[in-house]
Amino acid sequence: MGWITPLGHDLETVWAAMLRGDSGVDRIAHFDATTFPSTFAAQVKNYDYRPYVKHPQWHEGVGLNTGFALGAAAQAWQMAGLDEAKFDRQRLGIYLGSGEGSLDFDNYVWSNLTSWNAEQRQVDTVKWADAALKHLTAVREFEQEPNMPLSHLAMEFDAQGPAYNCLTACAASTQAIGEATEVLRRGDADIMIAGGAHTMIHPFGVTGFNRLTALSTRNDDYAGASRPFSVDRDGFVLGEGAGMVILESLEHAQQRGAEPLAEIAGYGSTADAYRITDMQPDGRGAIAAMSQALADAGVKPGDIGYIAAHGTGTAENDSIETLAIKAVFASDGDRSRVPPISSIKSMTGHLIAAAGVTQAIVCTLVLRDGIIPPTRNLHSPDPACDLDYVPHTARKAKVDICLSNSFGFGGQNDSLVIRRV
Amino acid sequence: MSRRVVISGLGPVTGLGIGMQSNWERCLAGESALAPITAFDPAGFDCRIAAQVEPYKISDYVPKSYRKATKVMARDIELAVIAADCAARDASLLTPATDPEAAKSGSLQPTYAPQRVGCHIGAGLIAADINELTEALVQARDDSGAFDIHKWGDTGMGHLTPLWLLKYLPNMLACHVTILHDARGPSNTITCGESAGTLSLGESLRVIQRGAADCCFCGGAESKLNPMAYLRQQMAGRLTAAGNDDPTHAVRPFDMNAAGTAMGEGGCILVLEAMETFEKRVRQPLAPGSAGGAPAEPGANGQAYCEVVGFCATQTINPAKRNLEPNEDGRSIVAAIWGALREAKLEPDAIDVIAPFACGVPMWDRAEAAALRQVFGQRSAMIPTLSVKASVGNCGAGSGAVDVAFAARVLHSGKLPKVINRAAPLPGIGNGNLTTDRLNCALVVSVGFGGQNAAVVLKRLN
Repeated sequence: MGWITPLGHDLETVWAAMLRGDSGVDRIAHFDATTFPSTFAAQVKNYDYRPYVKHPQWHEGVGLNTGFALGAAAQAWQMAGLDEAKFDRQRLGIYLGSGEGSLDFDNYVWSNLTSWNAEQRQVDTVKWADAALKHLTAVREFEQEPNMPLSHLAMEFDAQGPAYNCLTACAASTQAIGEATEVLRRGDADIMIAGGAHTMIHPFGVTGFNRLTALSTRNDDYAGASRPFSVDRDGFVLGEGAGMVILESLEHAQQRGAEPLAEIAGYGSTADAYRITDMQPDGRGAIAAMSQALADAGVKPGDIGYIAAHGTGTAENDSIETLAIKAVFASDGDRSRVPPISSIKSMTGHLIAAAGVTQAIVCTLVLRDGIIPPTRNLHSPDPACDLDYVPHTARKAKVDICLSNSFGFGGQNDSLVIRRV
Repeated sequence: MSRRVVISGLGPVTGLGIGMQSNWERCLAGESALAPITAFDPAGFDCRIAAQVEPYKISDYVPKSYRKATKVMARDIELAVIAADCAARDASLLTPATDPEAAKSGSLQPTYAPQRVGCHIGAGLIAADINELTEALVQARDDSGAFDIHKWGDTGMGHLTPLWLLKYLPNMLACHVTILHDARGPSNTITCGESAGTLSLGESLRVIQRGAADCCFCGGAESKLNPMAYLRQQMAGRLTAAGNDDPTHAVRPFDMNAAGTAMGEGGCILVLEAMETFEKRVRQPLAPGSAGGAPAEPGANGQAYCEVVGFCATQTINPAKRNLEPNEDGRSIVAAIWGALREAKLEPDAIDVIAPFACGVPMWDRAEAAALRQVFGQRSAMIPTLSVKASVGNCGAGSGAVDVAFAARVLHSGKLPKVINRAAPLPGIGNGNLTTDRLNCALVVSVGFGGQNAAVVLKRLN
């Protein structure tokens, strides 16, 4: 496992910060956002991917997202002991849920404005082509394609097997882990690199989410802005980063003497098929995804000891996710049946496509260390969010099986069951 | 244990037309839809031709109740929605979108329970509408006319519609299709260049094989006919500059005189079904009262078009070219083809027709031809290979599913489309005059910008 997050660049540093309930949120430094409705985000700080890679010349000019992916994957690769292992590279695949790269904002905007025809209210595309061809550069443009993190990982690790990038918004990297598991189950590969990388902390990214009024605008309290399940939550906080896990068939891991960290035991994937903007109000799709994942793992709700919530801090998500969890875990109305839940987005912000894999890593660490990271900033629980969200302080707990949820814009629901081996 | 999967509906939307009928008739006749670009003034670009989808009204392809949502559809999304509509009707699926009257009155009996319907769609990087965005950006200029980000944050961005971002999220193709057809099963969006649509078919195949759904929409759609996306294609150096005066002969797949590709817009959505559930629903007459507005004959005259018997995905490793080109020997394409044949339990000799990627870029075509020579040996020159991109251009994320649709139609009809623009075939590739008395199995190959490859083997149903 490996991750590059706003709380740090290695497994144990980030984990320790989470257990302390630290916040990675700060004033936006990537660009001047002082007049934006939201002026803050959870950014990866002081990071350079180059020390992590063996072939830096192959990656010159990559976007932030691909840089995060390379660092996270290199950590995971090393932890899995794959440098020393001998295996067929055609049996090494990659399934990522990575986001697109960031536009070359200044040059793009300049090209647009310089070719704007005010009378016709449109860009003169001949002028635009001339301007853009002079100012935009090929590598920077290609690196925005959403399959570039995948492509660079494939080069770096010589992964010649099945290769996919899915972009199902905020659910992407949970889905990638689930689908990578299915690739292994079918026997189409022996090892899969899975995870995601993303940043939307750029002017049009923040613009887009601000226009949707999806972001917190608590500009006077950055570290207190991401407050999942709180009655005064006012939106999510953008984060950025990457997480990667090495998945391997149990037989293959055992043959090469690798020590498994956890098992991806169950996966569920559904669509709300409801609206492009809103979650289905009963949590229909979320309930189905969680139920499928549990059934796929062959476990009962009562077997789950921890739920890594999607828990974004938007008004809609947290109450509907709570409703859905109750429907699955306390169908008889007995809330004491619901295991502890927490949202790491209260600390890391929302890594969008990369969010799910960070939760999967957290679940694995919960199994390893017997301690649940807290939900930060939960001072005033929402009456509609009436479950145990482990507020403020990490909690010791013996956990054998975890559930992790991701729900994306457009009604994409994915859940994973992660179990002690 | 793995369930068999058939293709029961085809919904191509390309420069050759909307729906399978016009696509098939014009493809059979060897027509090319390539023509001067009218979507924007392309005079600033070297290649000024493309295969554009004919004018359409998106409201004709969604129920009345959904018309409002069409305002937040980028063109890529519209194309996917139209293709899904065509595919669902071609498969005679009853869904809220194909039978809106019944859905409205509450009497709809959908062909499949919503939970058993999945959706996997390949999408590209969708560029924001440059005029809409720039009209907002000009509101944030300072006195000297330069962009002022403070003004943008303060008031400029307010000129964008609140739902602006949702027009451009790649998963919105699948999102709208799942809502329109009430597909609540496994859903995914694959973004892997020109292989995206083919990989999405692979995802649907696996989902149905393992029993997680009985029916899936899959495929892909994209339009790069806007200045930003088109700029990237020009920068990639794959577009032909030689065909502006003679568009229909501009793209020359597997031809010695190929000079590059040209873009098409569009794509294709396919309906895949478990063979067992397809046969069951075809045998059963439609329930009384549910026939309102739905086509009478399920699938292709009550049959599926073909079975999907093999699939394999691989990754190109070519660091010298940053994985933006295949290896010269096409080795990762070879691996994909062998993988798909292995799953199909077929030898190369069983393949009767190939829908290659063959986009007309000399280097790419040579690599793919090398791969075909390696797999098929001397027989490679005897196997008919279609020239789809000469007709519809390179449809990006939609291209693989278009190729699958034509290959499926070839197997089902027993007819071969006329191969065009291949006067001088590459070594090991047949010319356009090949005929065959056997059309049982087809191979489809996709090679994506960024290095993802996929191969599919289709088999005729008896």
